[in-house]
Amino acid sequence: MLETFLFGVFPYVATVVMVVGLIWRYTTNQFSYSTVSSQFLENRQLFWGSVPWHYGIILVLLAHLVGVVFPDGVQAVNGVPLRLYILEGTAFALSLTLLVGLIVLMLRRGISANVRVMTSPMDVVLLFVLLAQVVTGIITAVFYRWGSAWFIQTATPYFWSLFTLSPKVEYMTALPLLSKLHAINFFILVALFPFSRLVHMLSVPLAYLWRPYQIVMWHRRQTRDRVSGL
Amino acid sequence: MDVRAQLSMVFHLDKCIGCHTCSLACKNVWTSREGAEYMWWNNVETKPGTGYPTLWEDQTKYRGGWEMKGKSLRPRMGRRTGMLTNLFFNPFLPSMDDYYEPWTYQYGHLFTAPQADDQPTARAISKVTGKFMDVEAGPNWDDDMSGSSVYARNDINLSELTDAEREALFRLEQMMFFYIPRICNHCLNPGCVGVCPSGAIYKRAEDGIVLVSQEKCRGWRFCVSGCPYKKTYYNWQTGKSEKCILCYPRVETGQAPACFHTCVGRIRYMGVLLYDAERIEEVAKTPDAGLVEAQRSLILDPNDAKVIAAARKNGIGDDWIASAQKSPTYKFVKQWGIALPLHIEFRTLPMLFYVPPLLPMLASTQNGSYDLGNSDFFGNVEKFRVPMKYMARLFSAGNEEIIKNALKKLLAVRAHKQAQSVGNLSVEKASASLAEAGCNADEAEAIFRLTALPRFEDRFVLPPYHREEVIGLDIEPIKQMGQVGLGFNQPPRRGP
Repeated sequence: MLETFLFGVFPYVATVVMVVGLIWRYTTNQFSYSTVSSQFLENRQLFWGSVPWHYGIILVLLAHLVGVVFPDGVQAVNGVPLRLYILEGTAFALSLTLLVGLIVLMLRRGISANVRVMTSPMDVVLLFVLLAQVVTGIITAVFYRWGSAWFIQTATPYFWSLFTLSPKVEYMTALPLLSKLHAINFFILVALFPFSRLVHMLSVPLAYLWRPYQIVMWHRRQTRDRVSGL
Repeated sequence: MDVRAQLSMVFHLDKCIGCHTCSLACKNVWTSREGAEYMWWNNVETKPGTGYPTLWEDQTKYRGGWEMKGKSLRPRMGRRTGMLTNLFFNPFLPSMDDYYEPWTYQYGHLFTAPQADDQPTARAISKVTGKFMDVEAGPNWDDDMSGSSVYARNDINLSELTDAEREALFRLEQMMFFYIPRICNHCLNPGCVGVCPSGAIYKRAEDGIVLVSQEKCRGWRFCVSGCPYKKTYYNWQTGKSEKCILCYPRVETGQAPACFHTCVGRIRYMGVLLYDAERIEEVAKTPDAGLVEAQRSLILDPNDAKVIAAARKNGIGDDWIASAQKSPTYKFVKQWGIALPLHIEFRTLPMLFYVPPLLPMLASTQNGSYDLGNSDFFGNVEKFRVPMKYMARLFSAGNEEIIKNALKKLLAVRAHKQAQSVGNLSVEKASASLAEAGCNADEAEAIFRLTALPRFEDRFVLPPYHREEVIGLDIEPIKQMGQVGLGFNQPPRRGP
């Protein structure tokens, strides 16, 4: 019964909370739609935390996404053992990297008096939820070998069943406890998304790559011609 | 020709007494908020010195401004893709230690301390952590050359001087210094705008004021590195960047900016310059030695019929054109050529210009005696206490001719007035001085009047903004003071 709720209902609740929360925050308080960087306050430890964490988590998250979207491709890659080892080895190295980054970030928040000033209760909650996510993921990878192979047989069909609004809970209930925790914790992160500094993921400034360097704004002109380059 | 108007500024350094009144006026109006205590949108530095933040001129450290890569101009911070890879950690960001940790004092303790054998003291308390702290630096720690062994000697503009020249500068009897008040230059090719990943910083087309949209800013902090003058600041409390807004709420209602208005030495001038926006990029690419001249050529003559026609076509009103024709900055910068941009080699084309200070040799020590025998009044430019190489590094991208010409003209004006009103200099000598500077008596008189006798309305020729025509007159300065700039109708509290 509990598992039906956790894997059949909670994901939808979390997603609705996320979407509604994001819209609410964007419309009522766009000002807060970023992370509050503390690099200005503490500049040395941050490098050893932020860089490994961000690059690690981006790649590992992408790998999960690829597993959901292109299961056939992943299966084809894993068909040859050597390729499987390389894939899993790389993923494991990345996850250790991001774990180190996360621990540095957590220690930094505790140690640096300046950074502590700018730490909200939500920041602390978020860091521990992220730590739980990383640790359950890494332990799963160690004890239940070749996750990239069984992920596409379990998590992938489960996610697709969620998308098609006919959740197949049995895919998840069959998994070991650690993997279940990993999945539930993921949906907790989804629900926390709009209420934490995670929103900064949505402000990745890719548009910078193609806009002109200079931005000139005409106040007396209306809408269409208002903004121009140099 | 794409004519635009720019509210431009001239600071006359010979008149600056380094009193910091400008800084305080600005602080009281704009930056007395949490997270902004360390910011000085207007600060006054002693030169030689390392400035605020420390060593801001050193672009090998902070990578501000633009550089030529082959035939194209790009931010010194690097390629766009390269910059985005630094999104999670900006290696060129000055940290709070490069400015200073803001503090207050525990004044209450003076009243509440229990009776004891010693006088109670008010210890320093950090404005960041609220804890006791040891004060190690401040925004003007090097005022009047104090701590010159740490500060003045490390001024990077001295790097081209020989060791002997440098030592001579710091000998007590030859010591020279002057002040540079600095605000945002409201550049034509701003570095902060060019590197902002969020596209939150923009230049207002009508008057050229550069602003940060607090709503769009996502706090990536690239503008802080990208501005070579370090005039964008990161508010650590709101997680947004802020900068000098040229007091646009004041300017729009016909008042000079707070720092201009309060200037005790009356060193500040403000007026409209018309410029050709089409040529900005071309001018910014000029080799160093030609940059000052190139920027001057960008500024258009507001009395030229062709310029007026093009300005009208671009929507610049006749009242603004009339304002440009009366502009004191046009006279200083273009007509007389005695106001120069600071560090134009950063290629942002700053629109704040400085009349360089005269630092003449008035006496010398020879054989142990003090010799006042310098017969020809202030002497000549070659004999100034300040090496021309140093001045050229600051004001003309290394081109000594330009700075010398400006100083010669300033000297000639003094000689002219000296001959005229004091009579200790022959008229022939004064005329020779004028001729050498390429100046005539009328021009010298005009320079003298605008330098020494200007009234309020001569110094600040503000164009009419016609705020009455603008919809949204909902700005209430008193109510919104302490929030993030004006026009922002919600207190700068961060969300969860």
